[in-house]
Amino acid sequence: MHNRLTTAVIALGTAAATSVFWLAMTPTAGQGTSQSQAGAGAAYRPVRMADGHPNLNGIWQALVTANWDLQDHEAQPGPHPEIMGAYGAGPAGQSIVDGGEIPYQPWALAKKKENLERRMVTDVSNDLKWHDVGDPELKCYMPGVPRATYMPFPFQIVQGSGPALLFAYEFTSSTRIVRMNSKAEAPSDAWMGWSRGRWEGDTLVVDVTGQRQETWFDRAGDFHSDGLHVIERYTPMSAYHLAYEATIEDTKVYTRPWKISFPLYRRMEKSVQLLEFKCVPFTEDMLYGRFRKNGGAE
Amino acid sequence: MSPRRELSRLRRLLSTAAVSLAIVSMSAAGQAPKSQPSAGAAPKSTPPTKGWTAARTPWGDPDLQGVWNDATSTPLQRPTGVASKDTLDDEEAAGFEKQLAYDLTRDRRDGGNAVDVNRAYNEHWMDARRLKITPDRRTSLIVDPPDGRIPALVAPTPERQRARNTRAAANRRFNAGMPDSHLDMSLPVRCIIRTDSPPYLPTIYNNDFQIFQAPGYVVIAPEMIHSARIVPLDGRPHLPKGFRQWLGDTRGRWEGTTLVLETTNFRTDEGVLFQNANPATFKITERLTRVGPSDLTYEFTVEDPTTWTRPWTARIPWTKIDPAEQMYEYACHEDNYDFVHFLTGARIREKKGEVVK
Repeated sequence: MHNRLTTAVIALGTAAATSVFWLAMTPTAGQGTSQSQAGAGAAYRPVRMADGHPNLNGIWQALVTANWDLQDHEAQPGPHPEIMGAYGAGPAGQSIVDGGEIPYQPWALAKKKENLERRMVTDVSNDLKWHDVGDPELKCYMPGVPRATYMPFPFQIVQGSGPALLFAYEFTSSTRIVRMNSKAEAPSDAWMGWSRGRWEGDTLVVDVTGQRQETWFDRAGDFHSDGLHVIERYTPMSAYHLAYEATIEDTKVYTRPWKISFPLYRRMEKSVQLLEFKCVPFTEDMLYGRFRKNGGAE
Repeated sequence: MSPRRELSRLRRLLSTAAVSLAIVSMSAAGQAPKSQPSAGAAPKSTPPTKGWTAARTPWGDPDLQGVWNDATSTPLQRPTGVASKDTLDDEEAAGFEKQLAYDLTRDRRDGGNAVDVNRAYNEHWMDARRLKITPDRRTSLIVDPPDGRIPALVAPTPERQRARNTRAAANRRFNAGMPDSHLDMSLPVRCIIRTDSPPYLPTIYNNDFQIFQAPGYVVIAPEMIHSARIVPLDGRPHLPKGFRQWLGDTRGRWEGTTLVLETTNFRTDEGVLFQNANPATFKITERLTRVGPSDLTYEFTVEDPTTWTRPWTARIPWTKIDPAEQMYEYACHEDNYDFVHFLTGARIREKKGEVVK
């Protein structure tokens, strides 16, 4: 069961840690500002495109461990330490959730725990239950937003002079088009959703709807419904990092909107490029091995 | 009809060894031709639209940004029936186009009810742009060699022949509905690569490509599977020779207003590279030239001295599509239900004692 005292302590600790971090990273920002204000109010003057908006082109990567768990998490062994040893183990990390905890409705908190317990159970033998169990990442499915942003893989922002930006992610070579100033609604649900962008000052705001309900936020089973609405904010803080935050709304699952924030760092290696992580072949034995000839499948 | 059944049909098609030939023979027409060139020999390259100058991006590169479509019914290789002509006059072109459309299973009744239903079913998925040959009325997409055919093959080494035989046996099992395992499926069926690997050839549907540009980069995002090719233009060397990727490793440069893309470093694993080429020696050079407000010429040259006796080149017109049309996400692996159906079906048939001949 949940321990309120622990939660409160964690939340306090996290808030303190993050605000110290942000103050340290944004020395010219006003004192006592919240994370978002610190992001938007930074005095850094970004390099600009011809249209006057900040140039966000580059290969970026988060250094948080939120893909293991958005919330505070201790180091953990991998699922099969007897063969994987430290290779499969998960790092400890601090919550990137504003306030520390995701405000789940009670049923949803129970569901999240069930997800965690069954995160490595996969069963594709029944079309109708295909997506019922297992972390989509384990199966190499497109990660959705915001998870794509904090997976331990880089992504590239491609910003030109057209009406759309491309966000390309190394994980399973997923992509999403960010349509600027578009009024069009999502034509259908998609794994990477339907992204519409706009500029608010020097901040790129991306409104993401139309996401498939099957994506998760992390390996800890954090999830959403088909009512997910994500509002992302990318704010240049220096030539080398962006402030990222995402507000997450889903009235079917949470008691209120909640927010995550962390920095994105520019990958600076000479000749760095997005490489291929087409992970489908890595999942086939797990997903389809039982259907092999003489594999014991029905 | 269920999308799944269609997908299985497409996958079956894509899974044959002659992937690109099958795709092209099923392939389809460009958009309504805009400026029909006058009768005569095939132009060496598509002439730019008169009175039009290539737009530039604010940072000075030729501007190719937008969503383009490459559908055409013109086959990759010149059919024997038109072997003596690289371009056709108006009357011949009309007949050629009609025959290709007929072969693309449009409105025909031969073959009995089941075949008829399958055709009608496929028809639903076919790209509406597929019924036209290229506006310059060529008889093949291949423009070099002059006979419009893929050059003679180099005799494979025993090792490559063994690999081909292994792959051919897997394809036979799959086509017979009796795959031993997921590894008997082709790369498109496994959702590893579909039409995202160069060269880009017209296919049944999803013939759209969105080009993004940024200072120092060109990015081509094909619709049929979600991977984008991100091409640096800064002159950096290729990845080291042994560093292989499914889509290879592409470097780009501008030659005048032409974007030149060179790609090497392909991997195949147990799959099949384009036309059975040898990943160790295969190189493809693509040239994209915008020739009008809504027209772009895509030309590719493939060379692989261990596969073909000479390099060969094909040219495909790309047409900018209506901005109201848009790219959709192409998820494949995420809901690959038929993949399991194939395998479970095979196991059931095995139990009944069926074997692949």
